Formats: sequence, C-alpha cells, structure tokens
Amino acid sequence: MQRNIDAGLAELKQHLVRMAGLVEAAIEKVTLAWKQQSLERLKEVYEIENQVNAAHLQIDADCLRLLATQQPLAGELRLILATIKMNNDLERIVDQTVNIGHNLEHFVRAPDAHLDLTDLEKIASEVKTMVRGSIDAFVRQDEMLARSVIRSDDYVDDLKNSIFTETLARIKKDQDAVEQGLNIILIARNFERIGDHATNIAEDVIFSCSGEDIRHPGLNATKESK
Amino acid sequence: MADVQPIVKVEGLNAWFGDVHAVKGITIDFLPNTVTALIGPSGCGKSTFIRCLNRLHEEIEGASASGRVVVENNDIYGAGVDPVRIRRKIGMVFQKANPFPGLSIFENVAAGLKLAGIRRRSLLQDVVRRSLEGAALWDEVKDKLHQPGTSLSGGQQQRLCIARALAVEPPVILMDEPTSALDPISTAKIEELMLSLKRRTTVIIVTHNLQQAARISERTAFFLLGEMVEFGDTTQVFTVPKQKKTEQYITGRFG
Repeated sequence: MQRNIDAGLAELKQHLVRMAGLVEAAIEKVTLAWKQQSLERLKEVYEIENQVNAAHLQIDADCLRLLATQQPLAGELRLILATIKMNNDLERIVDQTVNIGHNLEHFVRAPDAHLDLTDLEKIASEVKTMVRGSIDAFVRQDEMLARSVIRSDDYVDDLKNSIFTETLARIKKDQDAVEQGLNIILIARNFERIGDHATNIAEDVIFSCSGEDIRHPGLNATKESK
Repeated sequence: MADVQPIVKVEGLNAWFGDVHAVKGITIDFLPNTVTALIGPSGCGKSTFIRCLNRLHEEIEGASASGRVVVENNDIYGAGVDPVRIRRKIGMVFQKANPFPGLSIFENVAAGLKLAGIRRRSLLQDVVRRSLEGAALWDEVKDKLHQPGTSLSGGQQQRLCIARALAVEPPVILMDEPTSALDPISTAKIEELMLSLKRRTTVIIVTHNLQQAARISERTAFFLLGEMVEFGDTTQVFTVPKQKKTEQYITGRFG
C-alpha cells in the first residue's frame, strides 16, 4: 500500500544523500587542494559550501513538513529525527572543510618543507572513510557499519594528538615554524572535528535503525510523567 | 510504578459473539490514576474488551465472556455478582454522547445516585456540582442546570456523560472513542479533561486516533484479531515498538 508519507520520506532521503555527496566532494577537494597546493581547488570547496547550506535549509523544511502533515511514528519518526540531526552534522562538516581551506591558503602561499605531514595525510584519509561509512550506513540503514565508523574515532583522536605533539615539538625548536605549525594544528583539529560529526551521524543511524541511543553510555533521559 | 498494585487485573479474558471468538485470552493490568489507551484496527476486539470490564458485553444476545476481571480486589465475574451494580459503578462513555433524553442537566448527573436510592437534595446538589466541575462543565452550565441535557452542544453533552459517570465515584472510567464525533476544540477539552480525571479515577480509553493515544496515555495496548500484540509504555510503543505488527499498524501499513 502506497502511503502519503512514503513519497515524502523517499524525497527526504534523496535530498540528504545528495547533500552527503556534496559534503564528500568538499572533503575530497580540500584534500586535493592540499596535495596539489592549489588555490583553485579551494574555490570549488567554497562553492560547494553554498550548495550545502541551501540543502541544509531544504532538508529542515522537508522534515518540518513531514512532522506537521504526516505525524510520523515509530521507525519513521526516528528516521526524521535522525535526519534533522544528521543534516546539522553534514552542514558542520562542510564548515570544517572551509576552515581547512582558510588554513591551507596560508600554507599554500608559504609551504614549510620541514614539517612532517604523514599523520595529517592519514587523518584526512581516515575521516574521509568515516564520513563515507556513516553515509553508507544511513543509506543502507546498516547498524554494523555505523558501529564500525564509531570505533574509528579513537584512531582519529590518536592521530590528532600525535600531530599536536610532534608539531609543538617542532615549533619549540624552530621559531620560524610557528605560523605553519599553527596551521597544521588547526587543520588537524578540523579534520578531527569532521570525524566527530561522522561519529554523530553513525550514532543517529543506530538510533534510526533500532531506537537505541548510544550517545552517552550510563545516562538515561530525564523522564517527566504525563 | 513497579510496586503500585493494579486497580484492574484482567486474566485470560475471552469474549464471544455466538461462535465468533472476538477477544482471545487477554491478560493485562491497569494501574490506578493512569490513562491507558487501547488501539487497533476496527474489529480487533478492543471495544468488546472494554465492554467486558463492566459486564456490558453480555447484554448483547448470544454474547458471552470467560476469564477473570478483578476490580479493586473484587472479581466482577464472580458468583453472585450483580452485573447491573457493576455497570452502575463502572461508567462508560461512548462515541456518541447519550444524555438521558427528557432529563435536565442536573437530573442526568444525579441519575446514578437516585438509582442507588440517594434522595437527599443537598447531597445530590453537592455531588452534581462536584461531578460537573470534575468534567470541566460547571462554569458553562451552572446557570441552566434545569435545561434538557440534550440542549447542550456535542462536546458539552460528552462532558455531561463524563460528569454522569463521575457522580458515582467510579474506580475506573471506560471510554470508547469518546471524541471521534467531536470537533478539534471539543476534542482538546475532553483530552485535557482526561488528564485531570486521572487524579480521581483510572481511565481506559479505546481510540482510533493514534496521536490522541500518544498525547494522553501513559500506557498503550495494541490489539489485533482479538489478541493483544503489544502492551507497554506509550512513548516506547509509539517510538520503538517491540513488535513488527505494531510498527506496521501505527505507521499506517494496514488497518
């Protein structure tokens, strides 16, 4: 039986997947900009941000309309609630890529050949995988994949800490490396935040699939009686 | 809530219309001072079920019931129990308001007490006022208590029926789709009333309006083909139902 809500939910998913595609493209382009030392690629990232912002508004409007007109329940209610939150996380991911872009502009203009960028490449690659995994988990409603995304977050945190430690050590030894070192730290921090947003998305996918809220282990929602 | 004793305990309740097995072995507890919603598609047995809770079901020719229904520690299907007394004590509010025709607003509310032999005017006045206040109707009718009950609007008539049920201080009020014939404003008033009613009684409501069940009840039971498929905390039933059939019903995939 085709219900009124089916078309609305299909359209909502389609909009979210399209937005997720733009977000992945932004991460890809900012990574390429860095590898190619290309300011042109960064312009593309900034253009994508505008499209993502429009999608952000569109998806909120879709959710509001479905809540108001269809009064969804059970799995459909959880899906819409999760989508509202994922929509915010995706928009924030693009903001982080723009932040990375701003830091890269300084870096591209005055590269420092002595800085070791191995861990930065690793963290970029890892968060790209996390974002892709969280979106695939949403599309397939795959709880197992979502859980594997969440497990990756610890590795990303370790990489960020390692980059902080090594870069600080370099800055302490060489005053000329302060500016670029700071850029590296900020870029690492932005990539790590992208990992956090991918983790949030994966948590929302689990909630959407099973109703289990895994965000704050050991805590329960404060319950008010009717 | 775990240590609260149920006010109504139903054990293995079956109901038939002739050979048709309409309610199949239902076991459920109702906690005092709560609202419990019964949901399910038409013909699932939920109305028949609540009509067994005040022995109204057996009034239909060929209808029968078995099992135990214990209200305030008394088995209402026990030997020697007078079903008429049970029906007087456990009121029911129906889909269509049914004030007694020809009786005034006052007489409608006082009818149950008069049947119980209470005649003292001051006591009747006191109970009528308290019942109408309890049904959130007093302010609207206090100056026309001797006008016919049928002169009121649909929503007011439904609240009059609730006042009539409240007058005998029932342990439980049964409601069978009490707002399905009302406009949204009257529906909102009845829903608000149900939330306040639970301070003095226990409400069991059959409703087809899932949002209404979600708004007003603490616990919800889902009935299908005479069986109770799921019973639980209302928020859980409407957000993370345990049974696939419940999910399919509340998301409109059948029913």
